[in-house]
Order: sequence, then structure tokens, then C-alpha cells
Amino acid sequence: MKIGTPKEVMKGEARVAMTPDSARQLQKLGYECIIESGAGDAAGYNDDTYKEAGVEVVKTAAALWKEADVVAKVRPPTDAELKKSREGQLLISFFYPAQNEKLMQQAANQGTSVIAMDMVPRISRAQKMDALSSMANIAGYRAVIEAGNNFGRFFTGQITAAGKVPPAKVLVVGAGVAGLAAIGTSTSLGAITYAFDVRPEVAEQVESMGAEFVFLDFEEEQQDGAATGGYASVSSPEFAAAQLAKFRELAPDIDIVITTALIPNREAPELWTADMVAAMKPGSVIVDLAAEKGGNCKMTVMDEKIVTDNGVTIIGYTDFPSRMATQSSNLYATNIRHMMTDLTPEKDGQVVHNMEDDVIRGATIAHEKAVTFPPPPPKVQAIAAKPKEKAKELTPEEKRANEVAAFKAQTKQQVTLLAIGAALVLGVGLVAPASFMQHFIVFVLSVFIGFQVIWNVAHSLHTPLMAVTNAISSIVILGALIQIGSSSLLITLLAALGIFMASINIFGGFLVTRRMLAMFQKS
Amino acid sequence: MEFGFTIAAYAVAAVLFILSLGGLSGQESAKRAVWYGIVGMAIAILATLIGPGQGLFVASIVLIALGAGVGYQLATRVQMTQMPELVAIMHSLVGLAAVFVGFNADIMINNIGDLYDANGLVMGAVSDDGYTAIGLPKEVYDGLSSFGKLIAKKTNVEINILKVELVLGIWIGAVTFTGSVIAYGKLAGKVDSGAKKLPGGHLLNAAAAGLSLLLAIMYLGGSGSWTLVLLTLLALFIGYHLIMGIGGADMPVVVSMLNSYSGWAAAAIGFSLGNDLLIVVGALVGSSGAILSYIMCKAMNRSFISVILGGFGGPAGEQMAVEGEQIAIDADGVANALDEADSVIIIPGYGMAVAQAQQNVAELTRRLRAKGKTVRFAIHPVAGRLPGHMNVLLAEAKVPYDIVLEMDEINDDFPDTDVAIVIGSNDIVNPAAQDDPNSPIAGMPVLECWKAKQVFVSKRGQGTGYSGIENPLFFKDNTRMFYGDAKASLDTLLTKIS
Repeated sequence: MKIGTPKEVMKGEARVAMTPDSARQLQKLGYECIIESGAGDAAGYNDDTYKEAGVEVVKTAAALWKEADVVAKVRPPTDAELKKSREGQLLISFFYPAQNEKLMQQAANQGTSVIAMDMVPRISRAQKMDALSSMANIAGYRAVIEAGNNFGRFFTGQITAAGKVPPAKVLVVGAGVAGLAAIGTSTSLGAITYAFDVRPEVAEQVESMGAEFVFLDFEEEQQDGAATGGYASVSSPEFAAAQLAKFRELAPDIDIVITTALIPNREAPELWTADMVAAMKPGSVIVDLAAEKGGNCKMTVMDEKIVTDNGVTIIGYTDFPSRMATQSSNLYATNIRHMMTDLTPEKDGQVVHNMEDDVIRGATIAHEKAVTFPPPPPKVQAIAAKPKEKAKELTPEEKRANEVAAFKAQTKQQVTLLAIGAALVLGVGLVAPASFMQHFIVFVLSVFIGFQVIWNVAHSLHTPLMAVTNAISSIVILGALIQIGSSSLLITLLAALGIFMASINIFGGFLVTRRMLAMFQKS
Repeated sequence: MEFGFTIAAYAVAAVLFILSLGGLSGQESAKRAVWYGIVGMAIAILATLIGPGQGLFVASIVLIALGAGVGYQLATRVQMTQMPELVAIMHSLVGLAAVFVGFNADIMINNIGDLYDANGLVMGAVSDDGYTAIGLPKEVYDGLSSFGKLIAKKTNVEINILKVELVLGIWIGAVTFTGSVIAYGKLAGKVDSGAKKLPGGHLLNAAAAGLSLLLAIMYLGGSGSWTLVLLTLLALFIGYHLIMGIGGADMPVVVSMLNSYSGWAAAAIGFSLGNDLLIVVGALVGSSGAILSYIMCKAMNRSFISVILGGFGGPAGEQMAVEGEQIAIDADGVANALDEADSVIIIPGYGMAVAQAQQNVAELTRRLRAKGKTVRFAIHPVAGRLPGHMNVLLAEAKVPYDIVLEMDEINDDFPDTDVAIVIGSNDIVNPAAQDDPNSPIAGMPVLECWKAKQVFVSKRGQGTGYSGIENPLFFKDNTRMFYGDAKASLDTLLTKIS
């Protein structure tokens, strides 16, 4: 079968769904590859590089649509494009079926099968074809770069001969794929990076990328984000208020804000209000990755860069992946290639559209003259088993609370023990004579020192510890030594035996300890 | 203060002893710490010989020299695998010495009492000026040994306290003595290591302890020395019977408990002799042993009482049935797997000590490390028969101590490990402790070796471990059984690994 990629018709779209590399891989699956002339130009691949990779270059889009059995492209097809397709043809592209229902219906009527790359289910097996994630990753990176381009200072703090440069402070709102990519880019440029997300369980990921997670002083039963397919859901009004209050507090200090908060099938939530923009320093930059869905900042203008009255730049571009066309084409083409691998189980160049397969079923929105959207929930639950009894994912606040509680319990226990101990010592002191108490104090203190000292002994040295304590417990020899000079024969005899035995122990114990310790060697 | 110099020396010795124990926190500082202990002991003995122990000075030195000779022989001849036995038998000596010293004190009290009687006076009576020794003719008083003088000066209350202390010293000393002898016998294989009890079991112990208490009260009431002798015999019996009832794998607890007892006995004797150094050292040793016992119990998730009372309690309910079969593997298979592995963790147990396989294990380690593989050892706190037993054996075989890790340090690393090799250990790697709430060892911390990609178990046969519990580890999919004597198996394995 032939797989073909036309030139993207949408203005400004620089990506291409097939690269020479991916074409080579597709040929290994048994497909013939064709491409419309000039399709890869904007992404840095000219027709010759495709020809080298064994791809047939056709002159016009019409010819391509006619020849190809499978058409792979980036953007959703236009009406005109869709009309060129025919029954039994398979189209693979982004489609956004929820917004393009008419188009989807048209495809179904025509008998074109459509696989929407944006509908690939979020399960581990399908990660290799998750084009949304690979594009979001690029968007996150590019957002930081665009911000840097419009920001008049260094990201990293420097102390130079010409003066001190404070590091930039970056706040990333929404720690999804794009957010995490932005965090990674920003921290590696040297900025102090803060991040916020409504799902506290991502705090760990955020911190692993080197950013500081912004916690709210807010207690709420959080819905496990994993239950909604890894996406954020709508939060309560109280929570939203607490969140805004926190942002308002941060706004004057932050140099760059990157907002990535999206809720599936809804308008983007407003997180960065006009008064926060007003509170920011002149020269600050806001990059709103949610611009396409109305923006997390309502001042954002889609596809444009504006500068507010107080000198804050707000960037509302929606084509970040396209701005890095080579990179994003590579990744997207690879996603497509993985999709084709799954569609070609026999590696014989024949598409097997297996509607029993969770991934293929989930992504297919039109097949055999019927609309197949929305898909049934996947058989394989995206949530990797139920989180174990919930005990594991403690938020850092809870952890802190636990620590405090443990500390209190420990203090309580220690105080109780001390009180009991003191009472006992006092009790003894009430009845015993002073001469006894003098020795008793020595005893109590020694036990105390013993406990303090022994806890520090390395586990590996427990045997030498026993040998040493054994040797020094032969200190009873002193008793025997004192007694041996007695006038009574019996006492002398017993004392003599005692001395003899104890000295065996002293020498034996110390010598064997030395022998053991000499054996411990470092590598 | 006649012996101010001695007391000063004791203070120095006490400090040295504390430093000596504190130094054991690290392998390098430990080598210095032993010398602190030796010097401390030398100072203490010298000061005593010069001071209050002047009587029969020469005899004392001769006796010490004799003891030194025997001790030297013992220490240089002992095999490292016999270390538990040696430690046990040495405890018995301390216990017996404490008993003797305690009896001496009793005899001395009687002697002084007689002396008072002979002079028509009452021992312990307090005269108007608050001194007691007054009343004895000066030549009689001067004729007493230093210990005699000490007792002669005591008041009645003090003498009673003295008696309490010596009863305690003798009782603990006697329990330590027979207990250690039995522990020695069990560890050396001279006594069957299974848990054995006379009919009556713990009731017998309880009865003996009760009777001891009664005798102690009678002794304090002035019933004479025969009560003390009887009490000692009872204590000897308790020591014997208590340890007979404890099985082999609980020996780490027993040995550290006896270690603790020998310390408390020394402290009690110190009280009766009014000797602070004895008290200090006794307390140090006593608390050291107590902490070791605690650590050992914790590592087995059992209470001290349940260990001492011996044996495992019956299972709390139906134990999980183990499914699957044990799959054997030969040396070639193990060698191949090791060849491909990057990281290896070895888990030694008592079986390695029994088979004397530590040299082979060390050789295997050296060869694997020479190939650039990461080889580490995971040591469970109760592996072996003595706290730290495995560490000493591996050290003897010249395994560097920095690759020998404690359970807590290494347990998280198993999932990233290619091969785990279990050599002669069983209960400490039993997953039932975590999975099966009805298992007798449920809740005991174990080494999670089954999380490694592959596990090899070197074992003599298909039997169960000390606790008699089936080990599901042996039935796991990623486990292969490498049957045979540990040493012989490793010998064949070494021929396959160059």
C-alpha cells in the first residue's frame, strides 16, 4: 500500500507528517511512500532528501490524494482536502473531533477512515504515538525561549565585573507535559523556577525537574488526577480563590509567567487576572500557552504579542511547535510511524484496522461509513491499578503534619520516660542512705552514657563490640584483687580463682577484638 | 581517703572505657578504640594492685599472667566462625568470677560480724558520734584487709543494702554462668541446638525464680549463708533451663542478653564493694548488651519476652499456601547469569558460616568486581548467630567493609539489581513476612531480594529454615535453586567464572 503526505495547506503551518527518516522506517513496514513536492521545505527537508530516502515525489496534492491509500498529515483536513479523499482511504492527522463534528460526519459519509492523533488514549502502550505530548513538550520549551526573546535580562544570576545580575524568576502554571518541559528549560537556563498545579501529586515531578512547587494553604479532598486520564479537572470556587490569592502574592516578584492550564473540552480557566498583570514589573513577560482556548490570562490576544500599558509583554502565539518545524516534524512523523506499526501487525504493507485494539479504536473517529466518536472507555484502564490504599501519595503538607505529630509523640514518650525514671530515682533516694546514693548516681549516669554511646556503634561492628564489652566486663577482677589479701583462706582461694578467670577474659577479649578489627578493610 | 590515687586512676580508666565503646562507631576509629580499652584496663588493674589490692601482690600478678597465657591461646587459635562460641564461653567466666566475688563479700561480712562478737560489740551499730568502726580495738581494725575495713565501717542499713547487692550480683552471675555455658554448647554443636524444656517448662523457671526471691529475703533476714548457696544453685538451674529452651537462630538475642547480664552482675558487685569503676563499667556493658538485644529483637519483629520464653508461637491462622515448584539450576546457569549481570547483591546467612564458604564468596566477589560489576552484600541484623557475625566473617575473607551494607541501606536497591544470591539464609529473605499476615514471622523486616531480576538460592536441600516456615521465595518465578553444600557449589561456580 502507498502512504502519502500532502503539503500542509493552512497558512503558517511549517510541519510535515513524514520525514526522510520516518519514510525509511515506513518502507521497512512494507509501504511505498509518496510526498507532495515541497511539503517538507518549511521543515528543512527538500524534495531531494526525500528522493534519497526512496520516497516518490508527486507534483500536486490532487495526484497525491489519488494515489495514496493512507494519507498522513498534521492539521485537520479542510473541506477541500477532505473532498479529495475517497472511500476506503485512511486519513491520519490531528482532527479535534469534538470541534469538527461536521467534518467528521462528512468523512464518515464519504467512507474515509479517520484516525485522529489527538484522540490516542493516554495509556503507557500508546505513549510512543501520543502526538499531543510530543507537541506539548516542544511548546513548553519554545514558550521559555519566546519569553527569553522578549525578556531584557539574563535568566541566570551572574556576578560580573560590571555588576551583579539577579536571576530571573519564572512561574509555570500547570505542570502537564508542556509545563514540565517549560520548567526543565527554565531551570537549565538558570532561572529560579516556581511551578503550580491543581494536582498536588505532581509536586514530586515538579521538584524532580528542579523547580519549587507552590503550595496553597488549602485543605480539600482532591480528586485523584489519574482518574480523569491524567488531566486536570475543574476545581471548587474556594480552591480557585485560594489559588488566585497565592498568585496575587507572587505576581510582583515574578519576571516570567508561563501558563499552560487547560481543562479538556472547556474554556481555559482564568488564572492570571488583570490586576496581577498590573502588579508585575515592567519588562516582565507572560506566555499564555492556553491562548487557543481563550487564554489563562484574559488580556491575551490569540496569535499575537501585545505589550500592556505597564510594559508587560503578553505572548499569545498558538503555533509554538510550528516555530520549531524540524524538531516537531521529526517527533510527529515518528508518532505517525509508530501508529502505522500498530496498524501493520504483519509488516507486509497492509493496513489491518483492528477495532478491538484499544489504541486504534480510541483514535479512530470514522470507519466504514460510520462515525465512531466518542470511543467507549478503554478496556485497559489508563489508571495503573488503584493507588494502594491512598496511603502512599501524601502531599508534602500532610507529610509535614505527620512529622510534627511523630515529633510530638516522641517528645511525649521521652518526657514520660524521664518522669518515671526521675520518680524511681527519687523513690530510691527516699529510703537508701547517702553512701548508697553516691554510687547509685554514678550507676544511673553510666547507664545513660552507655545508652548514648552504644546507639552510635556501627552494625557491622557488633561482634567486636561484644568482644570488647566482654573484655571490659572482666573489671570484676578488681573486686577479686581487693579481696585476695584477706586473712580467710576461703576468701583468698575464691578470689584467686576469680582473678585467674577474669584475666583470661581480659586478654582473650581484647586480643580477639584486635584480630577482628584488623580484618576490616576498605576497598 | 587512703587511696585517692586509685580513685583518680579509676576516673581515667572509666573515661578510657567510654571512649573505647564510643570509638566503635566506625571501622577506622575502632582500631584506636581497642587501645583505649586496653590502656584503661591496665591502669585500673595497676592502680588496684598498688592501692587497695596490695595483699598477696605477687600471687595476683602470677595469676594474671597465667590467665593472660590462656587468654592469648584462646584468642589466637579461635576460628572466626567460632566467634559466637568464644564470646559465649567468655561470658560464663565473668559470671562465675562475679559469683565468687559475691560469696567472698558474704564470707567477709560474717567474719567481721564474728570479730565484733569476739570483742563484745554489735556490727553495724551506730555510736553517738556517727561512726561505726569505733569500738573495734585499733590493732584488730588495722589487721583487716582493705575490704574488711570497708565493711567494718558500715552501718546496719548499709550492710543490708550490701547484702541486697551481693545477692543480685551472685544471682545474675550464676544465671550468666550456666546460661553462657549452655549457649556455648549449643553454638559449638556440643548440645542439641533445638529448643528443649524439662517438663513443667516455664513454670519451673518461675518457681525457681520465686524460690530465689524467698531465699533472698530469708538471707537478708539473717538466716545464714546456706540460703545464699541454695539461691546460687537455683540461679544456676534457671540459667541452664532458660537457655536450653531457646533455639539456635535466636542465639543473637541470647548472646547479647548474656552480655548484658554479665555487665549488670559486675555493676551489682561494684555496689557491694563500693567500687565506682566496677559500677561504671558494669552499667556500660549492661546497657550495651541491652541495646544489642533490643536491636536483634526488633530485627525479628518479636518481643524480648517471646524470644526468651523460646520458640515461635503457633500461626495465627491459615497460612497462605505456596504454589509453584522449586526450579533447580546448575553452576553453568548461574555463571551465565552472573556474566550478564551488572549489579549483584549477595545475602549471606548462617549456612555460609556452617559451610565455611566465606573465602569462596570473597573470591567470587573479587572476580566479579574485577570484571567491573557492582557487587554488594546485604546483611540482615540477625543473620548468623551473633550480632555482626556475617560482617566479621566477610572481613576475615578480606571483603572490603564498604560494600557490606545493612538491611536499611540496601533494601531499596533490589529492584535495580540484576542478580541476588542468597547463601545459607532463609527466614531473613522470606516474603511471607510481608505478604502473609498469618505467617509466624509476619511483620519481621526482611531483605526484599525477590524484587531483583533474578534470585539464586544456594541451599543444601528442600527443607525449611529454623522457624520451620515454608519460604515462598523459593517458589517464585525469578528464583532458581542452586542445591548443594554452599562451599562445594561455589567451588564449581568459581571454575566457570574466570
